[in-house]
Amino acid sequence: MPILNYIYLCLTLFSIGVIGVLVRRNAIIVFMCIELMLNAVNLLLVAFSKMYNGAAYLNAPSTTIGIDAQIFVFFIMVVAAAEVSVGLAIIVMMYRNTHSVDINFLNRLKN
Amino acid sequence: MNTLEILFYALSAFAIVSAVMVLISKNPIHSVLWLILVFFAISGHYVLLNAQFLAIVNIIVYAGAIMVLFLFVIMLMNVKKDKEPQKQHLVKFIGVIAGGSFLTLLIALVKQTSQLEGKTVLLKEGTIGLIHPLGKALFSDYVVPFEISSVLFLSAMVGAVIIGKK
Repeated sequence: MPILNYIYLCLTLFSIGVIGVLVRRNAIIVFMCIELMLNAVNLLLVAFSKMYNGAAYLNAPSTTIGIDAQIFVFFIMVVAAAEVSVGLAIIVMMYRNTHSVDINFLNRLKN
Repeated sequence: MNTLEILFYALSAFAIVSAVMVLISKNPIHSVLWLILVFFAISGHYVLLNAQFLAIVNIIVYAGAIMVLFLFVIMLMNVKKDKEPQKQHLVKFIGVIAGGSFLTLLIALVKQTSQLEGKTVLLKEGTIGLIHPLGKALFSDYVVPFEISSVLFLSAMVGAVIIGKK
């Protein structure tokens, strides 16, 4: 499978996430679109890891070149889980204060 | 067209359609369910790339834990779907145009690079996605970041509790 197919797929998913952040006003859905962008990046990292591994695989089948990207993906998932717990706590706090999850109410830092 | 290509295109179409449905669903719970389907499609891609550990972790952590957290928060808030304020159509239109321009720019950039021409991805074979090599690398070369991430989790837990108790 050409690497370009994976790149186009991941760019499309990432752009859908960007459009979601720009278009929606519900804070939870904006947050979910950020998760979507993270997952697009994860998929691209794994595809590149398999690209570099595949080049070396023909000569040495037991090679572990390219394994760093998969460990990066693992750490991205770790950080995303921590980020979601804190972010959702912030959204719950915001809902308690304003009784809404509209991100347009979050402009008190403006002035 | 062999089986792998059919699987790739089917999973890609499934992922993109589900991702679009995340955006256009009015009910936030439907958005969460569509996003879980996106994660399942991405896990299918991981299986296709023989990254079995990441496929399982993606399902357990993302579809299992994070999305359940989202569902709990949405159910706790009791957000009415008709109460959600909509942006004006002009703002939505501008957002879609901006995102489309971003996608076009990135695709044009990728098309210009000559290093990626003819490079292929190893599907279905290779051992780096299995648990044994990943565990060896994780607990030898990456043991310090692994331990630091536990501190990150502890601080995130404390932060979430403190923010939630206010």
